[in-house]
Amino acid sequence: MTKTNELVKKLVEEHGVARESLLPVLQGIVKEERYLSKEAMRDVAEQLDISAAEVYGTASFFSFLDTEEKGKYIIRVCKSITCDMKGKCELVRTMEDILKIKVGQTTVGKRFSLLETNCIGLCDQGPAMLINDDYYTKLTPVKVREILGDLIRKTS
Amino acid sequence: MTNITLKIDNVDVTVEKGTSILDAAKKVDIRIPTLCHHEDLCIAGNCRICVVEQIGKHTLTASCATPAEDGMEIKTSSPKIRKARKDIMSLLVSEHNTQCTTCYRSTNCELQDLAAEYNIDNETYLSVLKPNLEIDKSSWSIEKDDSKCIRCQRCVRTCADIQGVNALAVTEKGNEMRVSTFMHLTMNEIVCTNCGQCITHCPTGALTERRYYDEIWDAIDDPDKHVVVNTAPSVRVALGEMFGYEVGTQVTGQMVTALKKMGFDAVLDTDFAADLTIIEEGHELLARLKAALVDKDPNIKLPMITSCSPGWVKFIEHMYPNHLGHLSTCKSPQQMFGAAVKTYYAEKKGIDPSKIVCVAGMPCAAKKYEANRPEMRSSGYQDIDAGLTTREIGHMIKQSGLDFKDLENGEFDSLMGESTGAGVIFGATGGVMEAALRTVYAVITGRPVPFERLNITPVRGLKGIKEAGIKFENCLPEYSWLEGVEAKVAIAHGLTNARVIMDEVAAGTSPYHFIEIMACPGGCIGGGGQPIPTTDAVRIKRTEAIYKEDMEKPIRMSHENPEITEIYEKFLKAPLGEKSHKLLHTKYRTRKRY
Ligand code: SF4
Ligand code: SF4
Ligand code: SF4
Ligand code: FES
Ligand code: FES
Repeated sequence: MTKTNELVKKLVEEHGVARESLLPVLQGIVKEERYLSKEAMRDVAEQLDISAAEVYGTASFFSFLDTEEKGKYIIRVCKSITCDMKGKCELVRTMEDILKIKVGQTTVGKRFSLLETNCIGLCDQGPAMLINDDYYTKLTPVKVREILGDLIRKTS
Repeated sequence: MTNITLKIDNVDVTVEKGTSILDAAKKVDIRIPTLCHHEDLCIAGNCRICVVEQIGKHTLTASCATPAEDGMEIKTSSPKIRKARKDIMSLLVSEHNTQCTTCYRSTNCELQDLAAEYNIDNETYLSVLKPNLEIDKSSWSIEKDDSKCIRCQRCVRTCADIQGVNALAVTEKGNEMRVSTFMHLTMNEIVCTNCGQCITHCPTGALTERRYYDEIWDAIDDPDKHVVVNTAPSVRVALGEMFGYEVGTQVTGQMVTALKKMGFDAVLDTDFAADLTIIEEGHELLARLKAALVDKDPNIKLPMITSCSPGWVKFIEHMYPNHLGHLSTCKSPQQMFGAAVKTYYAEKKGIDPSKIVCVAGMPCAAKKYEANRPEMRSSGYQDIDAGLTTREIGHMIKQSGLDFKDLENGEFDSLMGESTGAGVIFGATGGVMEAALRTVYAVITGRPVPFERLNITPVRGLKGIKEAGIKFENCLPEYSWLEGVEAKVAIAHGLTNARVIMDEVAAGTSPYHFIEIMACPGGCIGGGGQPIPTTDAVRIKRTEAIYKEDMEKPIRMSHENPEITEIYEKFLKAPLGEKSHKLLHTKYRTRKRY
């Protein structure tokens, strides 16, 4: 049994095999492995006895359930209208510059992924972004440099 | 049951509570356009083309998804409705690869019909068709062209509700939303039975069968090739629909003439191979029963389950790989036919089998894939070179310029062209069972089955799972071990029903001796290669035509077919014999379920 097999088994034991366990199980995998591998999705299908296509359909619907391998830090910059008008493009450019990747990409060492997301409910404090589960508000290029700088130091 | 009354376009309609506005309108012959709605499927309510106006309500209502209520007043036609529908059509077309001139579904497309009806223009919404959408031609059976998909999800619901396979799913969201597969794998890489039900339920050209008719035309044109065609029983009761005949018209004779005029060197009958299947499968059943009842052999698998539906065979290989021993080892009639053509027929006619091209005209999409299974080369060549659907045959007849309605009735060619009523009813759910029982009962007792005019009615009809029992009494001496035994049989059609039957088999609680399973609802008459649309009303009419053809046949039991007697005398020698084993039986393989 691989690590993923074991994780899926544990999660299914915890949540049960009913169809409505699909989402919590997928969330549990993402929490541990940061994304849903092909293997993990097939495994979930088998454990819940539903088709792999159904698992993928659900997984691909939710922005926070990634089906491609992502970095340790997943940055999600809000791209909705308020944040956009408050200068989100500038933030993205700054981060692309620091990380040397484009939106949608992951750094070579799998440390950072830079993504855009729809509104995260922080419009009054925009522009806003999430790094994993933490949110950052009222961002400016300077602030973003600081935040990323801290993380880079922490992980190198 | 409560009834309610509403007014639709000023006409009073009384319907049962819970009826949709759409169905209520149908009752008084008011037509409301639909796209995502299909009467075989659960309601999706996602296309909104069926909107109507409800008096007193500000917004428009989707009539397929809204139950009629007492006292409701509905308008199905008004400037507001027409504008909304036109807008919806324009939006759909703005993201559609509208290439009707090169589209296989042209003239049989619900989107095209409605676009014409609402005479939409191309100016309101500019094209937002996604670039670089490639057609998936990976499967032997199914072609998937996302550029023609209107995301109505009829295929998704078909694969889930009717077939219980869920090979297709809605993936991503918003403007990225697609109807796709696990990780967008191609159709040949996923768990798909190739049944083609998604094709017959698709309103557009997004899902079609992979077509082979150009290759067949080339073979016909090649003077070096001897091109043989055989047609399945359910083709002849549906092909007429493509030429404007009323649903349920038998066009057997005209079909034969058309195929001959098109240049096929021989027009033979798959029904002959259906009769052959009954002989082999009947004896296999008897052998299994004897081994289980007399020899008490614990390794014998009962119930035995039919194997003539290749979609069903692939389904069990994926879903119940540990229970393949229950499948009859008999090949499907199509494959028996191919193996016999390139051996027996070639020998008798003195034709080099390498020069024979064997074409099967089928109501089926899965048979295309079955013909290409590596096991299906027991003649030393690919036994069946190509499977064509009823729709493809219709297209070929049109291409050849024949006036189908004017054709005289023709007769199948000999050697493998004779068939019985038993072979004919293979086309309908319960038919294989009935044909098998007619022969098995006669073999065991020396008398015909104890049903009026041989019609075993309990196994007929569109009920999802049917059961019957038949008791063997006054058996012939060699079958005295069956004296008083009641054979319990079941019939399932549509793979969701097959799953119910198989769960019992897997749990070891199945009470039956013999089970017939067909992948498609209604059996082959409702196959994935049949003319579109197929609904229950259509299935019933095609089925009636099948049983009518059965009644018209002078011989109605497979073992009485003179050409069957001949092939055993001159070639096969005995059922389940060495030659049969090599040519007419097969093996199965396990496949992954997820
Ligand atoms: S799917 Fe229908 S509307 Fe689209 S190109 Fe084909 S025939 Fe035309
Ligand atoms: S061919 Fe049958 S199993 Fe395959 S996707 Fe279509 S409906 Fe599903
Ligand atoms: S493939 Fe056909 S049935 Fe499926 S969603 Fe697209 S248009 Fe509808
Ligand atoms: S618009 Fe960015 S958080 Fe709502
Ligand atoms: S047909 Fe009613 S919403 Fe599509």
